[in-house]
Parts: sequence; C-alpha cells; structure tokens
Amino acid sequence: MPKVVIDEARCKACAFCASVCPKKLIELGGPINQLGYQPAFFSPDREGECTSCALCAEMCPDVLIEVFREEKAS
Amino acid sequence: MKQVFKRPETLIKTTTHFCPGCHHGTVHRLVAEAIDRLGVREDTIGVAGVGCGVFLYDYLAVDVCEAPHGRAPAVATGIKRVNPEKIVFTYQGDGDLASIGMSEVVHTANRGENITVIFVNNSVYGMTGGQMAPTTLLGQQTTTSPRGRDFHYDGYPIRMAEMLATLEGVAFAARVAVDKPANLRKAKQAVNTAFEMQAKNMGFTFVELLSACPTNWYMTPLAALRRIEEEMIPYYPLGIFRQRKAADYL
Ligand SMILES: Cc1ncc(C[n+]2csc(CCOP(=O)(O)OP(=O)(O)O)c2C)c(N)n1
Ligand code: SF4
Ligand code: SF4
Ligand code: SF4
Repeated sequence: MPKVVIDEARCKACAFCASVCPKKLIELGGPINQLGYQPAFFSPDREGECTSCALCAEMCPDVLIEVFREEKAS
Repeated sequence: MKQVFKRPETLIKTTTHFCPGCHHGTVHRLVAEAIDRLGVREDTIGVAGVGCGVFLYDYLAVDVCEAPHGRAPAVATGIKRVNPEKIVFTYQGDGDLASIGMSEVVHTANRGENITVIFVNNSVYGMTGGQMAPTTLLGQQTTTSPRGRDFHYDGYPIRMAEMLATLEGVAFAARVAVDKPANLRKAKQAVNTAFEMQAKNMGFTFVELLSACPTNWYMTPLAALRRIEEEMIPYYPLGIFRQRKAADYL
C-alpha cells in the first residue's frame, strides 16, 4: 500500500497538496474524473522520498488524502 | 503501516458542493476533529447560518438545525438553554454574522451564552455571487463595490474578534487563518480550545477563521492562499484577544 492515498474521484484539482509537499511528490493532471477535474496523484515510483509528514493531507480542503507511515521494526 | 492522517469520524465521506480551494471544507474538518477529540458526537448540536456553510447537516455526523440568516446565535441560545448538557455551536459566514446577524452575535456574546461560534471570514458574500460584506477589504472589488470598497461610502472592514473581545460575557475570542500548515495548527488549537471551554461551562467562545473564496475573489485557489497572507492577515491580525482563565459560569 502506498504511503499517500488520494481519493482522486473527489479531487477538485485545487493544487494545495502539491504546493506544500516539501519533496514535490504530488502532481496534478491525472485522468479527468467525474467532477470534470484532472486530479492530483502521488508518484509511487518516488515513494521512498515521502517522509509521511502529512502536510499534503492537512492542506486538502476536501480532506481526500490519507497518509501512512512505515512502522519501525522494534 | 500506521495511519498518520485520516478523516475525522464526524466528517461524513461525501463529495461536497464547495468550489475548488474553498476553505469551508477545511473549517468543517477542524470542527469535526474538535468534536471527535472531545468524544461528543452524540451530544453535539450545530446551528448553520445562511451561506455556503448552510449544508452543514449533509457534511457533519451531528444534529444540525438551520437558522434564518444571521439568527444562528439566537437559535443556539435557545437550544443550549433547554439542553445545557449538549455542546452547541453555530457555523456562520461573514455576510451572515457581521451584516444581517450583527445584533444576534453581539448580544449572545454579551450575555455570555455558553456556546461556540465558528466564524468563517472570507471577506465576501459567497453563496449569492460575491457581494460586499462588512469584512470586505478596502479596495476589494465585489459585485456591489465594482470600483473597490471605498471607506467614504462603505465604511471600514469590521474586526469582529477584537470587537467581541471587549465584552465581559466572552470567554474566548481568537482569529486564526487556514492558509498554510503553520497557521492551520494554530487554527486547530483555537477550535479545540473553544469547544473544550464550552464543555467546562466557561462562557461564550468565538473563533474567526480567515478563509479563501477563490470563486468570488476571481482568483485561482493558489492565488487565493497568497491573498490571505498578503492582504487579509495584515488587516486582520491573528491571535487570541481574550481568554478567560477560571470557570465562572457554573
Ligand atoms: C433574510 C435573508 N436575506 C438574504 C438572503 C440571501 N443570502 C443568502 S446567502 C447570503 C450571504 C452569505 O454570505 P456569507 O455569510 O459571507 O457566507 P459565504 O457564502 O461567503 O460562506 C445572503 C445575503 C437570505 N437567504 N435571507
Ligand atoms: S506526506 Fe509529506 S512528503 Fe509525503 S507526499 Fe505528503 S507532503 Fe509530500
Ligand atoms: S488538495 Fe485535495 S482537492 Fe486539492 S488537488 Fe490536492 S487532493 Fe485534490
Ligand atoms: S462561492 Fe466561495 S464560499 Fe461558496 S463554495 Fe465557492 S469558494 Fe466556497
């Protein structure tokens, strides 16, 4: 499962999430959704760079982003 | 994997009618988180004002009553007085609260009613197509101030949080912004504090949240975020203007 899951069907492409990601891991311009927007998407190939800081999720006004963190093996 | 950010349970999972970049969604989330945090979802009653926040009942999993334009604090007063054990809040825009509803909010605050007022200041009447509100900034173009707000004709933008902070009945009055993560953290704290103080019967609590209405600012969502920082915060300073320490409504 990726660290960042975006509910692309409900995304309105405001770009708030992409604008705050310190690593620039979120892009706009996904396949057009039912609302008529080209949604944000998380680049899975760069997942290793994601710090799970959740700034993207905090900023999403539609609360569409879930963030997960790998649990440290104790 | 451990989940570090999830939707609060009180926020119903649905597509909202808000425009892209509208901060009503963010403010709904902060209220939902405060309710979850106190564990009072079954004991909370919201009162929605008239404006783009009117569909609160579709988005929050609590009981919501709809008040006539501006009258939410009066309706909330009645609800709280007959159900003092419930958590009661109003959710109002700046057209609703600072214009037609100015009298209700001032007197409710002055009576020290033990309710929380969530005030979404986006400096414009959103729902009706962008007319000037009492909070519209000087020079701001709206459909009823097409050449920009001019104090000679329209007066000055009203600072509600500071004004209410002068009233003895007020336990908490703060202004926050939701434009960037650092401000959002403080916004979250302020909303939490307001609900907590109500739970401790400390009196009237008020949180003003500087928010974007990209549609009626004629801006992209990202430009609207910058406008909060560059134009709104310099006129509407952030901070806590009054915070009562000990409960005196018991
Ligand atoms: C008594 C009455 N007068 C006028 C209206 C029309 N009206 C609907 S919403 C609104 C203004 C809403 O603006 P605001 O409170 O700033 O909320 P926003 O939509 O910006 O969130 C007005 C004037 C009404 N519904 N009822
Ligand atoms: S969790 Fe942080 S690093 Fe990962 S995508 Fe979101 S903002 Fe970027
Ligand atoms: S912040 Fe939310 S609505 Fe805006 S682009 Fe990102 S996922 Fe979409
Ligand atoms: S008109 Fe403004 S306040 Fe209303 S939903 Fe659109 S952006 Fe939000």
